[in-house]
Amino acid sequence: MMKAIPARNSQPLKVQDIPVLPYEEFLELNTGMAADIYFHCVNYFGFPQRNHLRLFCCMADDTTGNILISSALADKDSRMQLPSFTSRHLAFHAFERELHEMYGIQYSDHPWLKPLRYPENRFDLLSETGNYPFYRTESEELHEVGVGPIHAGVIEPGHFRFICQGEQILHLEIQLGYQHRGIEQLFLRKKSLLQKNILAESIAGDTAVGHTTAFANLWESLCNFNAGDDIQYARTIASELERIAVHTGDLAAICTDIAYQLGSSVFGRLRTPVINTFQAWCGNRLAKGLIRAGRNPYPVTPYLADALNRLFDAYEPDLNEMYQRMKTLPSVLARLERTGTVTRDQVERIGAVGPTARTSGLLRDVRWTHPYLRYGFIPHQPIIKHHGDVYSRTQIRKQEINQSIRYIRNLVREIPGGEYTSPEIKAPMPDTFVVSLTEGWRGEICHCAVTNDAGELILYKIKDPSLHNWLALALAVRNNDISDFPICNKSFNLSYCGHDL
Amino acid sequence: MMKLQFNTGSVLSEIKILAHQGKQYLPDVTAVEVPGIFRGRPVILATAGSSGDETDTQQLIDFCPTGAISGEPLSIDMGKCVFCGECQRAFPSRIRFTKDYRISSFTRNGLIVREGQDSPIVMDPKLVREEIRKYFSKSLKLRQVSAAGDNSCEWELNAAGNVNFDMGRFGIEFVASPRHADGIVITGPISKNMAEPLQICYDAVPQPKIIVLAGTDAISGGIFAGSEALDRSFLIKYTVDLYVPGNPVHPLTLINGLLSLIRGK
Repeated sequence: MMKAIPARNSQPLKVQDIPVLPYEEFLELNTGMAADIYFHCVNYFGFPQRNHLRLFCCMADDTTGNILISSALADKDSRMQLPSFTSRHLAFHAFERELHEMYGIQYSDHPWLKPLRYPENRFDLLSETGNYPFYRTESEELHEVGVGPIHAGVIEPGHFRFICQGEQILHLEIQLGYQHRGIEQLFLRKKSLLQKNILAESIAGDTAVGHTTAFANLWESLCNFNAGDDIQYARTIASELERIAVHTGDLAAICTDIAYQLGSSVFGRLRTPVINTFQAWCGNRLAKGLIRAGRNPYPVTPYLADALNRLFDAYEPDLNEMYQRMKTLPSVLARLERTGTVTRDQVERIGAVGPTARTSGLLRDVRWTHPYLRYGFIPHQPIIKHHGDVYSRTQIRKQEINQSIRYIRNLVREIPGGEYTSPEIKAPMPDTFVVSLTEGWRGEICHCAVTNDAGELILYKIKDPSLHNWLALALAVRNNDISDFPICNKSFNLSYCGHDL
Repeated sequence: MMKLQFNTGSVLSEIKILAHQGKQYLPDVTAVEVPGIFRGRPVILATAGSSGDETDTQQLIDFCPTGAISGEPLSIDMGKCVFCGECQRAFPSRIRFTKDYRISSFTRNGLIVREGQDSPIVMDPKLVREEIRKYFSKSLKLRQVSAAGDNSCEWELNAAGNVNFDMGRFGIEFVASPRHADGIVITGPISKNMAEPLQICYDAVPQPKIIVLAGTDAISGGIFAGSEALDRSFLIKYTVDLYVPGNPVHPLTLINGLLSLIRGK
């Protein structure tokens, strides 16, 4: 018997075809795969059924481009303790914390079974943001610093608790959940496709393209709809343009945090024409409204292609000039190099994704391993850095911007002309399971959906790359000065709302 | 002995970079035209009472994903509208979004645009508390609270302070501490988990103080309205001084709204 069923990115499966294993076997299978560097867990979640909880685990195979899906049943209200995946492989920690928080699943050997995001429908309502069980050390030499949930800048809320010796950070614990909006529940409650589409744009407003593309690809697959070339080109171009926009803003933010005024202003203003191009394209600077499942409301016209080329003609020399200048300044490099380092071993153990993994030498890039849209044809070559410090995370942004510009220039050149008409998108197929992966600018985005026998959505699961990468930030700041925390934080630029949902 | 180094080439290269940027700021934020297409203030086009209008109107009301369109009289509520523009696409003869970004209001009702209305949103200075203009007209420091905002409004609030929009020239700034602030700007639909921090932050702002709601999510909950994970009771307790609609708010909408509030412009 097959233990796990393989699916391609966004390939629909029949729910009944997904093998149900005894828990022990399920555990052995998935943690066994996770031990291999060419596998990683893209999503692991519970689906409440009548008397039990069905656990689905989705493991990406980076060599074949498959996603291996298996499942097991767990009792919902049992006092029984299960052996955890996390004690075998740390990358599962957040998924099991969610299972514990939502359904009261107990684990005998989970090392960090703490609240994840305090949903309103959590199992234990006595667990509140005010009584989070922080790690503590009793010592006269050490002190604690609490920051947030509201931070100094105009950013989202989350709480950081540092244990410091003098100026040096020994430990950081990150408590999230303040942003929880119940978005997965809303996906089931909001009945129209347009409502779901708008929800997808709001999962993380700074990744409207990444998340909405994951949703649209998934939905079209559920409805057995083949997206035409025009849709595929538009979404690919939008994804790369979003990457350019946010990476540019991040370069500005990094300069701001080291008080390099010129870089802050120049990169800051360079982002403006990029997001204004989104506005010229679809009427919204953050590309809300651009992507719709089953249609292409804003096709890439020759006029837009020309506008993109002209944008890059003006943007790229200024970006390169500013970056070239910045990287020759000792006072800049002194703040960035060897600051906030995460090692290759650490990113592998915690299951980091996206640029966070790639700057520590770990190749995690869905565009390369599980290509979708036009990525199979580009061909995409992920950029890898090895030092895992703030400087690497600065460098990769600059290089990915240049790479994305090249991709967009080529894409608009080869885009097939002619009139496109998409057929009307039908209702979702019954009893279907789909996993959809995209590579947002932060890294791997995973959406999963299940329909019932009437074709209605009965489960929607969202995973933002931040779910994995927040732990990388906590590890990166160890042994750094607390004054370097802002620059470390900015170099990851993780999502609070994407994590909290 | 230490040798003092002064590399003139470096300084010149920074000046060169500066020169390459050209003039970036928008000289007049009240009148500049936004590039390309932009979905600002909507207009509901009045129809000459032909038959079939009623079904058309009901379809329009049912079509809106956030219930922003309502009948009797037919109107669109910018406090609920997520500016997706889909109604304009589906009913081009009834709805049109203009490029007017000056869409803030001192009152919740001021955000409601009725059928046939195609005029700028009226900002009546009489509706503003006297002390706001007295104390804040030249300097307004704001503490932003993201209460489950999706980081799109936060991003645009930050952009309002960049070299292009340069809100700082009007003395308007975001500050780190509520103790230094003259008011708060709320983004996001206000989650249960942020209800208490929001209250604590507001309490820490000295009197007199203002409340600004930035973005559709903050004003009405937007697409999240009705979610059990929200707690919007804060808004029942206090009077909001300025509503700034948008999904996200455009920096020009924010700046113009704040200027109207503190300077009556």
